Amino acid sequence: MGEIWSNIKIFAPSLLEGTVITIELTIISLILSLAIGLIVALGKITSNKVINKVCNVYISIIRGTPLLVQLLYVYFVFPDFGISLTAFQAAIVALSINESAYLAETFRAGIKSIPKGQMEAAQAIGMDYSQAMRRIVLPQAIRNMIPAIGNSAIVLIKNSSLAAVITVSELMHNGNLLAASTYQNIQIFTMVAIVYWILHYPLSMLVDYLEKRGVNHHVTSNQH
Amino acid sequence: MLQVTNINKSFHGKQVIKGIDLSVQKGEVLVIIGPSGSGKSTFLRMMNALEFPTEGDVLLEGESILYKNVNNKKQPRKEKELSKFRAEIGMVFQGFHLFAHKTVLENIIEGPMQVRKIKKEQAIQQAEQLLEKVGLSDKGNQYPHSLSGGQQQRIAIARALAMKPKMLLFDEPTSALDPELVGEVLAVMKELANEGMTMAVVTHEMGFAREVGDRIVFIDHGVIVQDAPVHQFFQTNQKNDRINRFLSTISRNVV
Repeated sequence: MGEIWSNIKIFAPSLLEGTVITIELTIISLILSLAIGLIVALGKITSNKVINKVCNVYISIIRGTPLLVQLLYVYFVFPDFGISLTAFQAAIVALSINESAYLAETFRAGIKSIPKGQMEAAQAIGMDYSQAMRRIVLPQAIRNMIPAIGNSAIVLIKNSSLAAVITVSELMHNGNLLAASTYQNIQIFTMVAIVYWILHYPLSMLVDYLEKRGVNHHVTSNQH
Repeated sequence: MLQVTNINKSFHGKQVIKGIDLSVQKGEVLVIIGPSGSGKSTFLRMMNALEFPTEGDVLLEGESILYKNVNNKKQPRKEKELSKFRAEIGMVFQGFHLFAHKTVLENIIEGPMQVRKIKKEQAIQQAEQLLEKVGLSDKGNQYPHSLSGGQQQRIAIARALAMKPKMLLFDEPTSALDPELVGEVLAVMKELANEGMTMAVVTHEMGFAREVGDRIVFIDHGVIVQDAPVHQFFQTNQKNDRINRFLSTISRNVV
């Protein structure tokens, strides 16, 4: 037991460093993917057929190929096109793009769930499309979407572990290195798993809470 | 005030409005009636460019709200310019469409603040006056879903009035209401008419049409079948069979 405890103390600093990188990867990628996802979603619902097509192709390519392939592509193939990124930057790009395709669908469904009359009423008092979208439709849509966005964030935390493959020194990568040099596989990978679980837990509780609140909100907003 | 010239509208090749000419005078209450599916709502929605007509034009005080002249060529106006005109023509919908995430007061000040760029204190003061006018002074901080349909529709009227529009369009404002709530909404509309507000009202409320309306337009299959002053319209010796049939159906339902 004493040996386990002293091992944990030895492994902890490196795993903690990795955890910080994992959190950074997740938060930055989530913010970027929300922005890209919103733009793609608006592109999908606009009346411009060319933009619709482009957005559909984007979503199809990103959702139709594995994240691992995307990571390797950004890190190893982009340099051939003159875009050289550090491992961390490449991971951010790949994770953001990957997540944005899923979030775009979430946004689109969220926007579609708001009755058409809300947009028309906003236009009838003199708002233009973008003003009505920003002030009236999106705030309501996002409220409905928060549970789905929370789920995306949880998936993103775990997906970020794939960045280990392109040598980003995040939690999984550091755990891997420790295990390779010490052969303490059980202890190290158990610790890694526990840390991921701990990271996801508050988010998961938040999603549960918002879902319950969201249900109440939905019932009331359905009355008209 | 508002003039509609030879307006046509097709949806997917099907012609819904077939060449309507109409003008609304300042201070006039125009009542638009007709069987369901006759195109009267579509027609009303073209008066503030919520639907863009396939042909024809709509003029507000002599100026086209749909087209502008660029180098002597007629060009459809852009979204932002359409919005400018919509702000001048208020609209009240059958389904109220109050902004669900905003309180009653926020619903009313939204347009004045965001579109007219009026200061918040002034917008609130004006909103409170409007709430008093529609008899709902105590509801300012509530959310729309906690109000009855009749109350919501009165708020929707207040929201439209807050823009100080040149005229108001009503698209079946009482059709979604329980019968006992119709009266309170019609009372507000009647008050507006008495104050001289220019109004175009699509409705099945013949009592309202008779009492408050100046002119009645009967639309069927996308054309105006009759356009007459109210007293003339309700004369029993109606010559038109379609109108007679429609009126008798309506009065049967009203009891």
